[in-house]
Amino acid sequence: MLVLQAIIEGVLVGGFYALMAAGLTLVFGVMDIVNFAIGALIVLGAYLSYSVCNHLHIDPFLSLLITTPLMTGLGMFIYVFLIKPIKTNRVVMSLLTMFAVATLIEGILDICYNSGFVQIHASYINNSLKIGKLNFPLIYVLSFLLSVFLLGCLFLITYRTKFGRSLRASMQNPVAARLVGIDTDRVSMITLGIGIGLAAIGGMVFGTTNAFNASSSYDIISRLLVIVILGGFGSVGGALVSAIFMLVIQDVVAVVWSPVWGSTTFYMILILVLLVRPQGLFGKKGVRAQ
Amino acid sequence: MSTDITTSQRPTPPSYEVPKVYRYGALIVGFFALVIFPLVFNNPTISTIGVFAMIFLMAVTGWNIFSGYTGYIALGHAVFFGIGQYATAMLSSYWHINPGMWTFVLIPVSMILAGIAAIPIGFMILRVRKHTFIVLTIALMFIFQLFAYNLRSWTGGSQGLEVGQPGWDGSVFNLPYYYVGLFVAIIAIITSFMIRRSKFGLSLLAIRDDEDRARSLGINTTRSKLIAFIISAVFLGAAGCIYAMFVGSVYPQFSFDPAFDLELSIMAFAGGLGTILGPSLGALIISAAQQYFLISFGGANVFLIVYGALFIVILRLLPGGVVPAISDKWRSHVVRKEQRKLDAEIQGPAEGGAKK
Repeated sequence: MLVLQAIIEGVLVGGFYALMAAGLTLVFGVMDIVNFAIGALIVLGAYLSYSVCNHLHIDPFLSLLITTPLMTGLGMFIYVFLIKPIKTNRVVMSLLTMFAVATLIEGILDICYNSGFVQIHASYINNSLKIGKLNFPLIYVLSFLLSVFLLGCLFLITYRTKFGRSLRASMQNPVAARLVGIDTDRVSMITLGIGIGLAAIGGMVFGTTNAFNASSSYDIISRLLVIVILGGFGSVGGALVSAIFMLVIQDVVAVVWSPVWGSTTFYMILILVLLVRPQGLFGKKGVRAQ
Repeated sequence: MSTDITTSQRPTPPSYEVPKVYRYGALIVGFFALVIFPLVFNNPTISTIGVFAMIFLMAVTGWNIFSGYTGYIALGHAVFFGIGQYATAMLSSYWHINPGMWTFVLIPVSMILAGIAAIPIGFMILRVRKHTFIVLTIALMFIFQLFAYNLRSWTGGSQGLEVGQPGWDGSVFNLPYYYVGLFVAIIAIITSFMIRRSKFGLSLLAIRDDEDRARSLGINTTRSKLIAFIISAVFLGAAGCIYAMFVGSVYPQFSFDPAFDLELSIMAFAGGLGTILGPSLGALIISAAQQYFLISFGGANVFLIVYGALFIVILRLLPGGVVPAISDKWRSHVVRKEQRKLDAEIQGPAEGGAKK
């Protein structure tokens, strides 16, 4: 029974990680950059939601209407002023730039909110959903539904709109995309905007389910990177599967063995899988070519 | 005076490299500056900055031997830094080493242990390339951090371990650490220099430029990468050992610190990735600036902001690093001088003729 509970909780939390990983992998696919700042941006989103909820006394889910556009704008700003000017050695330079952004955000958040742990509050946060003998925190279920909804939207945007077509074209072959008249700069800007806008939503979910402070970002970023690598860089479907897979395994190990080994297993799986499949579970072979 | 120059009289084309006199001159001046530094500034606060600069100097030089030469950006070298620290902490209590000069014996031991640990790790992670490699090294570092937290009976878990501090007088306390650090750092730089000048170094540079082509030319890329990885791990182990001795305590979150890896790469990038002395220069400048900010701003948060902003500025203004920027400047200086000479030759017979 405990194992079943752990599996379902793993799936519920996995939905949140899947959404974040999808944003990360899209950004990677289009721009060839690893958004190392996503951890700090999620924490920033969490703090923004926290402030909005505290000052306007509204529901955390409503606060997204304010924080998401803000963060999307921030993403576009970062692209135009920091990522676009990089000309040489893009992969590493962008990763380091994103790290610098993360450091900057962490420092600013540390000053604005001190370093005590906070959590976003709502009236229903301690309620839970009972099905038979299983017991689920309501907030996990709500955030899972939100994640699934947004993933659906992301899927529709990528596969059913004109922008999605240019996005996929830029992922497949940026040079050819530019040749047929796609403004890849604009696509990149919007993609980074979406990726960081998703971080606002992820931040809200993270902030309601965990207590956080400015340095919580390292934990998130390491997990997200592991999920994206395991799924194969640039593969959205792979990110979804591996997010849920990893979180379920972690929760089951935590229940069956010991919580402290849960996260170790999380990283060990990555190494074991990569020994067999260096390109990740769903990655294309091309990833290996330099 | 004849200004008529035929092709046979043409001087040999100028060298676009910075002349040896300047390069070795700067090296010797830098060396002596480092040697006398703690004697001139005997204020403990400043010599503490010096000790940290030495630790980062050897760490970055070691990191550059692998990441700079092969182009594989490793963000998990804190693993070896941490292994060096934990080896020092555990062995000094296991062997009952009295704090003092004898503790420095642990440096070669830590180096060997880090090198041994690098063999299986290298085998595992050198199978992947590019982004996957970067992220895998980060994941590996978190695995080691979790081990340090979880294997409580050996590592003390989140309580950390203590390393005994010798009871030296405050005014000379930093000196042994500084000079031992300088000694190891110079060994690291000499190793880096010799590798760069050897055939082995050329194979590493070939891997950086095009690994598949290097393989097709008969270079055993896996072996070259692994050897470079082990050599770089050895110096990180030494850095960890001196760090643990100097700071006196070892904690999982500071031994296996993601920020440490990024600091190494920032220093290498600021100085010039893949050059011999660039990373050293970056290490000296940035680690000194970092410690200075940390001391003068007190709180860690302002320091983070200054650091992040500084980093963005460095990446924007000097994307190639300081050392390549200097050689670029020199090259354009030589080219301009040549151009002026040629102009003078062309305009000379025309009696200061019309300017274009």
